[in-house]
Amino acid sequence: MITSNLPALIVATPLIMSAIVALLPSGALAWVITLLTSLAVLVFAVMNTVIGDGQPVSYALGGWPPPWGIELISDGASRLMALILAGLSFASTLYAKALIELEIHPKDQARTYGAWLLTMGGLLGLVMTADAFNLFVFLEISALSAVTLVAMGAGVDRRALIAAYNYLIIGAIGATFYVIGVGFCYAVTGTLNMADLAQRLPEATAAPVFVGLAFMVTGIMVKAAAFPVHMWLPAAYGYAPSAVSSLLSAIATKAAIYVLARIFFTIFSGLPDVTDLILKWILLPLSIMAMFGGTILAIYETDLKKLLAQSSIAQIGYITLAFSVATISSISAGFIHMANHALIKGGLFMAVGAIAVSIGKRANIGSIAGLGRAMPWTSSAMLVCGLSLIGLPLTAGFISKIYLVLAVMDAGLGLITALILLSSVLSVVYLWKIIEVMWMRPYQGPAISENVMIYGPLWLVAAANIFFGIYAKPVVDLADMAARAITAHALIGGL
Amino acid sequence: MFMSVETALKIGIFAPLITALLVPFLAVRVNFRDAAGPIGGVISFIAALHVAHDVLQGGVPEWTILTIADGLSLSFKVTPLGAIFGMVASGLWILAALYTTGYMRGNHETHQTRFAICYAIAVHAAIAIAWSGNLMVLFIFYEILTFSTYPLVTHKESQEAIRAGRLYMAILVGTSVVLLLPAIIWVWISAGTLDFTPGGILAGKVSADAAPYLLALFAFGIGKAALMPIHRWLPAAMVAPTPVSALLHAVAVVKAGVFTILMVVVYIFGIEFISQTEASQWLAWLAAFTILASSVVAITKDDLKARLAYSTVSQLSYIVLGAALASAAAIEGAALHIVMHASAKITLFFCAGAIYVNAHIKNISELDGLGPKLPWVFGAFFLGALSIIGIPPLGGSWSKFMLMAGSVDAGMPIMLAVLAVSSLMNVYYLLEPVARGFFKPQQKDIHVDQHFLTIMPPVLTAILSVMLFFFVNWITPFTQMMVTP
Repeated sequence: MITSNLPALIVATPLIMSAIVALLPSGALAWVITLLTSLAVLVFAVMNTVIGDGQPVSYALGGWPPPWGIELISDGASRLMALILAGLSFASTLYAKALIELEIHPKDQARTYGAWLLTMGGLLGLVMTADAFNLFVFLEISALSAVTLVAMGAGVDRRALIAAYNYLIIGAIGATFYVIGVGFCYAVTGTLNMADLAQRLPEATAAPVFVGLAFMVTGIMVKAAAFPVHMWLPAAYGYAPSAVSSLLSAIATKAAIYVLARIFFTIFSGLPDVTDLILKWILLPLSIMAMFGGTILAIYETDLKKLLAQSSIAQIGYITLAFSVATISSISAGFIHMANHALIKGGLFMAVGAIAVSIGKRANIGSIAGLGRAMPWTSSAMLVCGLSLIGLPLTAGFISKIYLVLAVMDAGLGLITALILLSSVLSVVYLWKIIEVMWMRPYQGPAISENVMIYGPLWLVAAANIFFGIYAKPVVDLADMAARAITAHALIGGL
Repeated sequence: MFMSVETALKIGIFAPLITALLVPFLAVRVNFRDAAGPIGGVISFIAALHVAHDVLQGGVPEWTILTIADGLSLSFKVTPLGAIFGMVASGLWILAALYTTGYMRGNHETHQTRFAICYAIAVHAAIAIAWSGNLMVLFIFYEILTFSTYPLVTHKESQEAIRAGRLYMAILVGTSVVLLLPAIIWVWISAGTLDFTPGGILAGKVSADAAPYLLALFAFGIGKAALMPIHRWLPAAMVAPTPVSALLHAVAVVKAGVFTILMVVVYIFGIEFISQTEASQWLAWLAAFTILASSVVAITKDDLKARLAYSTVSQLSYIVLGAALASAAAIEGAALHIVMHASAKITLFFCAGAIYVNAHIKNISELDGLGPKLPWVFGAFFLGALSIIGIPPLGGSWSKFMLMAGSVDAGMPIMLAVLAVSSLMNVYYLLEPVARGFFKPQQKDIHVDQHFLTIMPPVLTAILSVMLFFFVNWITPFTQMMVTP
């Protein structure tokens, strides 16, 4: 019973529980229920990955068969994404309690957890659905709840309201673009099911299809914070409550990037000429600009949360670059980096959040001096995640780096390899700025006692960074399956 | 034997790491903490001897820890060259650890626990490099070596130290990521493997036209070999406490660099492939330039450690030259020079640090008349300098002789002149401190301490340099195995 309904359970559990959690009277109770829900989702996601013979499983919601009913798809790609999302959501939820208690008014806490679960459910739906319009619905669910979560930061810093408002408006434009694109495709094919679209689009009238593709890609790029439509991200992550930043940075943009891959490699797989054009001449240059732009902005940024957000833009650039090269090994490298970057950035945002509540003010280059000795647990976990970000061997970041470089070099793109490596070296600069200040300066301030509820989950993520840096086989294998699954509909081309 | 060779391999690699992990717990008593280094050194040295013995018997000690991902395994396999480097790194660690205790205490340094931890991790990385089974494992520990030595370079936490640390990271991480990593992946894509194989893996896989470029990626990507123009990190790193300069920036780190170049030439390209394609001729000229240019710079330096640093840059290029000449004698000379230069240069750095701790002098111009007050130190310095110059009966004469023979074999007799001129400059800039110490009158009365643990290690390494002349046949079997697979 459970095993056959896993795809639906992964999506439905957090959605249903969010309604219950939002009505609970106490924040502590809401946290317990949220934690149990995210644990359940994680268990479902793990079961969904290990059970079965690796073949795609189609799940018809309500028993209406596709292409008429709404279909959930559990193939290599959505399995891996659900696993990433569920794993990082669980770690973030574990970590959230202490920070939400400190940063959010008690009477708002239960509702915050409600929105938290709604975000999770929306994003999980985004990766599991096989229906282009249903995807829009989940896009809106996750976006509106995420905006609510960002706005909760107003209790600490009023600027969170402007950030949330920008996030809302820009996000809504992105979603609208997407749904317009879906509309065009629906008009010429009469279907909304992704696999069905993939078959019918090549035969349909060309002009509306191209317009539809352009709208869909642009809309999702906004959601994924791909350069140059990333403007909402630094402020939204920078002013959101610390727990929310760690959740969103780990999972929100990842789901959108995955949708981008679905659009290119599943829905429009029948039109390789057109997608190739967009990938090679638009997405690839934009990715390179993101890599350098994000990194250089991060080098000059002094506020730590914003610095990490700028760095996220660069890291998203690596992932979109991997997708734009569009070989099996590069798409697989993109998935590897999605998993590893979720671990890296989730951990870093957790650490910065822990620092901010401990020193009682925003963490910036001036206020973190000497914390290496004042907060050894938090700082050393941050160091591990930071070294993983710059790709020190035996951390997850290194695995990302070599597979990305291997794939791009194998595709014969020597110059682009050089650019990737150059920007990865530049990322050492902004990280080193933090390390020097944290570890090489004396600490002046009151003694800080660290809370195990904060640094425990943080170390869990940091340890995962080391574990998957040494034993990368599961991630690499799952990513390879994901790349094969997402391109399974590809009719023509080198795939 | 009392343990299997695979156990010895594991012990040799992990003894330094376990030492590093134990140090914070032993730090409750400074004597326990400071004993950990020498004890760890003795253990890993014994293991390294055992492993080397097995290599000499024709064995190939191997150990695969795990498979990171398909085609990428964390495995160790000891080559003859690796056996030599493993013995050098672990053996000299014993003395360096003793010396560290004397230096840090005599100098009243802070953060000694962090220092001891990073120091042991660096040795762990060096031994892992020595015994790495493929290029990727070598790269992994190469990077770990860089990162673990950063806190040692910036130990003083002064502005100068932090600036030096930035340069150190920028050059070493920058070159390794931008040049070395793509070179490794190029090899991986072309040859389908990264294993160190006698005779090389690239013959027929990489075209003769492309080979010089691939070699260039390696030569400049391996920043630790301090080839000009990427040598600047080494003088900058001299801001670190002298035990770091002695073991790491005269032995472990820089030797890891030239060791990597030798491994790439011998076990990745293959000597035959290199000499057929003449891919390394440009490298021989660049090494020759580095040898001479850095000797000239060394002459201008008054700071003793800076002068020794530039001397190291010059001497490292001897080894690169040997690798680039790629004749059997030259490769053997290069491998021998790893050992000979290690024992001699660590002696010189030990002496420089001993002079600093005991007499608080850094500059050569202030050494006048100090010799009789620190006779052992200056005596050891004298022997170390002679070994680097290459005068019998000191070990350095053998490697220089082999390199000279190798350059004739490789059809580049002009290199004889380079080596000869370099030796003359060595005489000038390395013997000046000794001459000032013994023959110039003392200018002002300086209080001189006598910290035993700073004086004994250089004396021992100086004796080692002499012994290496007479017992060079302990090492030549390894070097011969390198060139006759």
